[in-house]
Amino acid sequence: MEELLKVTGLSKHFGGLAAVSGINMEINRGELIGLIGPNGAGKTTFFNLLTGVYEPSEGLIELTVDGKKQQIGGLKPYKITSLGLARTFQNIRLFKSMTVLENVKLAMHKNAGYGVFSALLRTSKYYNAERWIEEKACEYLSEVGLYRKRNELATNLPYGEQRRLEIARALAAQPTILFLDEPAAGMNPQETDELTALIRHLRDKYNLTIVLIEHDMSLVMNLCERIFVLNYGQLIASGTPEEIQNNEFVISAYLGEEV
Amino acid sequence: MAKQVLSKANMIWSGLILALFLIVWVLMGAGIINSYYESTIFTICFNIILAVSLNLIVGICGQFSLGHAGFMAIGAYSAGIVTKMIPNLGGLLLGILIGFAISAIAALIVSIPTLRLRGDYLAIATLGFAEIIRICIQNMKITNGAAGLMGIPKLTTWPLLFFAVVISIVVCTNFVRSAPGRACIAINDDEIAAEAMGVNTTKYKVMAFVIGAILASLAGSLFANYFYVLNPNQFTFNKSIDILVIVVFGGMGSMSASVIAAIAIGLLNMWLQQFTDLRMIIYGAALVLMMIFRPQGILGTWELSIERFLKNRKLKKERA
Repeated sequence: MEELLKVTGLSKHFGGLAAVSGINMEINRGELIGLIGPNGAGKTTFFNLLTGVYEPSEGLIELTVDGKKQQIGGLKPYKITSLGLARTFQNIRLFKSMTVLENVKLAMHKNAGYGVFSALLRTSKYYNAERWIEEKACEYLSEVGLYRKRNELATNLPYGEQRRLEIARALAAQPTILFLDEPAAGMNPQETDELTALIRHLRDKYNLTIVLIEHDMSLVMNLCERIFVLNYGQLIASGTPEEIQNNEFVISAYLGEEV
Repeated sequence: MAKQVLSKANMIWSGLILALFLIVWVLMGAGIINSYYESTIFTICFNIILAVSLNLIVGICGQFSLGHAGFMAIGAYSAGIVTKMIPNLGGLLLGILIGFAISAIAALIVSIPTLRLRGDYLAIATLGFAEIIRICIQNMKITNGAAGLMGIPKLTTWPLLFFAVVISIVVCTNFVRSAPGRACIAINDDEIAAEAMGVNTTKYKVMAFVIGAILASLAGSLFANYFYVLNPNQFTFNKSIDILVIVVFGGMGSMSASVIAAIAIGLLNMWLQQFTDLRMIIYGAALVLMMIFRPQGILGTWELSIERFLKNRKLKKERA
């Protein structure tokens, strides 16, 4: 198996608080990874470090791009995205004034293939590229079942569909590795089941590596091949779902220790 | 490509624009539009260029700029100085191009550091920039200081100005409906998400700012060659506010709204001339009422679209 992402000694301090400290992690191509931990364990901070929203205080993040390892820690988010890493947000961040279709089109930005002059002069390059973008965006929307709603404003979608639109949008950035921050938050059990199937389907169809943060244990145990557990900013366990379920550190982190 | 350019909607737009152009031209030739009405129409045209270009920065990209008068001043003085030396259309073209170059460079210099600022901080920074331009003009020899330039040849004609207005609107709408334009709208909606989706936010903010500045400079150049005289006091903070009022009055983010608002405010101003003393009070009251009862502007974010009109009509026909 090829190693895709390698994190060594990653830490982030906010003043005196170590939100994430000394995390080591290796993720292989094609894996489905779960990242769990109690509230405030540093999961989202860890995501933000990987996607460039925060700059790491210490440590390395290496992404394999075209067979070569590249340090991405501290790069700007748009650069990291262009290297093949895309994400969704825990608190949904769709573009509110845009339609569903435009939200997805925006994410295909780096592959638009024309510059501002083609846009202003409306060259044939512009028309061809826009047609391709539209087709491709519709394809991504069909994948998540939102094709029929493509001309609605993103804010008018119900909550579960907004979550799926976030996934379609991240997909449109054509990543090799996709980060999902609580994709099932606020979904009912049926929607969660559909989401599980969707994530598995997308991984297979687009050859993705997927890392997800989730509190819904049935989804994580069902879907993920490997799980990492964070607590107080530290990695306390990693392994297959069975291993994690029986790990005493994990149980005590979630349920508390016997007195 | 030819098919898309020669689409039905584009042909109808071209027809309407050509008709409007010819009607006004014939009426001017026949003397039905006298010089008083003519100057109102020309002022409206300058304001349309200024408003659509400011809308690109403020409404589309969400960068609150109060420096538009500065860029207009650059264009006005460039064209004014050059056409005083070369009083023909070639001189005007050269003046316009020099204005483009200077305003683009000024916009780059201002925007790269200041576009890190947000909201009111950016407004103050751009306001400061426009004042610097004005003070420079006031103290330079070539611009004839506070006395200003006089006897600038009148080279701005109706066909030339109308052409400039159409080009400005086309540039702005084409920009908005493209990948770079979508990037700007995304920045306005949610900067963090835009960056996470691969948008280089600084680059696109600067791009919108520079395009807006160049168009403002174009308006300035044509303005200078219509009113004969230029002085630094025409380009104060008040001028920037006037343009911003048009953008907000029409609706942030809608180009057709800026055009309609520029016409509406132009006509309102003309009509209010008769009230002399009460003019500013009525104008102010109109703005206050507007903001209370329709804070999103006349059109909000709605755009005039012949394409949509044709589509709706087709749908209705199919249903019938």
